[in-house]
Amino acid sequence: MYKIVEKKVLSETVKMMNIKAPLVAKKAQAGQFIILRIDESGERIPLTIADYDRKQGTITIIFLEVGKTTKQLGTLNVGDSLLNFAGPLGAPSEIKNYGTVVCIGGGVGIAPLYPIVKELKKIGNHVISILGARNKKLLLLEKEIEEFSDEFYITTDDGSKGRKGFVSEVLQKLIDEKREIDMVMAIGPVIMMKVVANVTRPYKIKTLVSLNPIMVDGTGMCGGCRVSVGDEIKFACVDGPEFDGHLVDFDNLMLRNRRFLCEEEKACKCTEV
Amino acid sequence: MAVRKTKHEMPEQPPKERIKNFKEVPHGYSNETAIEEAKRCLQCKNKPCMDGCPVEIDIPGFINCIAQGDFEKAAEIIKAKNSLPAISGRVCPYENQCEGECTIKKIGEPVAIGRLERFIADYERGKGVKIPKKAKSTGKKVAVVGSGPAGLTCAGDLAKMGHAVTVFEALHAPAGVLMYGIPEFRLPKKIVEAEVDYIKKLGVDIKYDIVVGKTITVDELLHDYDAVFIGTGAGLPRWLNVPGENLDGVYSANEFLTRVNMMKAYKFPEYDTPIKIGKVVATFGAGNVAMDSARTALRLGAEKSYIIYRRSEKEMPARDEEIGHAKEEGIIFKLLTNPKRFIGDDKGLLTQVKCIKMKLGEPDDSGRRRPIPIPGSEEKIDIETAIVAIGQSPNPLIPKTVKGLKIGKWGNIIADDDGQTSIPGIFAGGDIATGAATVILAMGAGKRAARAIDKYVKSKK
Repeated sequence: MYKIVEKKVLSETVKMMNIKAPLVAKKAQAGQFIILRIDESGERIPLTIADYDRKQGTITIIFLEVGKTTKQLGTLNVGDSLLNFAGPLGAPSEIKNYGTVVCIGGGVGIAPLYPIVKELKKIGNHVISILGARNKKLLLLEKEIEEFSDEFYITTDDGSKGRKGFVSEVLQKLIDEKREIDMVMAIGPVIMMKVVANVTRPYKIKTLVSLNPIMVDGTGMCGGCRVSVGDEIKFACVDGPEFDGHLVDFDNLMLRNRRFLCEEEKACKCTEV
Repeated sequence: MAVRKTKHEMPEQPPKERIKNFKEVPHGYSNETAIEEAKRCLQCKNKPCMDGCPVEIDIPGFINCIAQGDFEKAAEIIKAKNSLPAISGRVCPYENQCEGECTIKKIGEPVAIGRLERFIADYERGKGVKIPKKAKSTGKKVAVVGSGPAGLTCAGDLAKMGHAVTVFEALHAPAGVLMYGIPEFRLPKKIVEAEVDYIKKLGVDIKYDIVVGKTITVDELLHDYDAVFIGTGAGLPRWLNVPGENLDGVYSANEFLTRVNMMKAYKFPEYDTPIKIGKVVATFGAGNVAMDSARTALRLGAEKSYIIYRRSEKEMPARDEEIGHAKEEGIIFKLLTNPKRFIGDDKGLLTQVKCIKMKLGEPDDSGRRRPIPIPGSEEKIDIETAIVAIGQSPNPLIPKTVKGLKIGKWGNIIADDDGQTSIPGIFAGGDIATGAATVILAMGAGKRAARAIDKYVKSKK
């Protein structure tokens, strides 16, 4: 059992939890994820690690309540426990001094971006962070990320905070200003990552995206998380979750992520009754 | 008295009924039938059946006890060598092993050794399993990675020898393929749980949610334990590599079966993990996993469930018993047929598979006749779900993360017959070493490795 030792409500639908999982915390690195299961009848869901504390033996997860499991997770409180919590899974982000990096986070994708920003900054990169959300209520970790950023931008779809518009527009502006950019890291909704990759493609700027497809085991066994990357089929759980954004077939990923939408609705309804 | 030439039948759920439920298909022998079947055994002095048994059970010995009605003694004899008889008594390919060597085969059907093993295992479980005396503690610690048939067998044998054994399992449930792969109707999970419980009662500690190679490395284990056994199986699904394989509706057999078996998607929404299959399902491949998938699809409500296979019936790798059950249940076999591409609608949903007819040519490296496409014979079949069951490769997670470990060209860990790898103290066995094979071969490998590990740790200062 893995105890919830801290919980914060970040917005109406986004929650943060610290989970006691010393073995996972000991090995966790930026870019990796965990798989959890709440109880005996629960499904296994992957969540990217938002932070870790090796001393306390905790892993921070931040999640958007979208389906049955994340909604149920949101109702749990400090002192409650999760039945299963396995990790750290996937390959860690490649942290090195690239020079100037642009880190882009959209919505709840801002959470897993945080440890990457932190590590990239520590190793000496010039970090430009761009965070985006539908509105200011859905923005996360602004202060935390700003602390480790040399330049910091915010966009919201409705203009309630920062620039009105999308993260990709800020990136395009930086490129138009002839800024030297050595690497772009983008984590967020699939459509956002697709747009970011399209922006950087003509300029051949290395662009990494972190994918979060449907998974079951998370150890390379089921292939449910497979994505087309260039000419190859890759498993996000063991080959990723980070891939070259210029090679990922985002359209196929979007379709595959909708595989169980009907069932998800059914599961949610059953809980409400 | 002349020996009866045929095995005693084992009663089964009728096909029409069983395709509507996930309950076990055969019911097992009654006491009387078991005794009668046991009496067919000639008690050959040279015991040819034992040559065919990877876990070295004294087969004539336990059958003799059954014939005399001493079921408890029979259980003792089996358990002395095999800690998981209720499992092997269900999924072992006896026809190629013990029963394949049976002397009575010269005049008729062999003694139903598999059914008798199952009978005794079920009898013992019903009565309450006895825990055997363990050897004195040796003070040695062994780590076993993976709790499938190889790992469980190795762990159980080592515990009996007096070693402290910890099993590290990546998933939340034990038993590997026995839990996630083989369906409830062929191997009820309650029975798997009972067998795992027996291993635990031998003193084995099983830790879940530990992905060795990620949560902890083999090198770290080697630091804390006197030896490490790797039995992580063949977990990596193979693909057809045809266009459209990423469409919504195409599953690997691993994903399909894991959702249904381990995650209990057949009980959705009582259980949270979903599965959807539609009305027409096609399974590609013709091994036991393919039969399991096609038969599972029927039980989930498919109106039509195809097996699509590029060779002919003769080359199908599944056991005759599984093929027989599949046929009885109405699985449609489309043989000498090979998929060329999956076709989807504008939403990316699988709607059809385009196949081509094949004919058999000269034998290939595997000795089976090579299938050759017949030009112009393409056809499209309407399907809503495709299950790719053409085999698995060894799971690369551990081979990739242990420095200096010798790896074969299929990604398997190189190990000798006793499981010794290229690194002292690290042993491996089962599918991770051999590539995808059978449960009983994995159990045999676990058993031999346990003996080698015992010797190794005792020789260590």
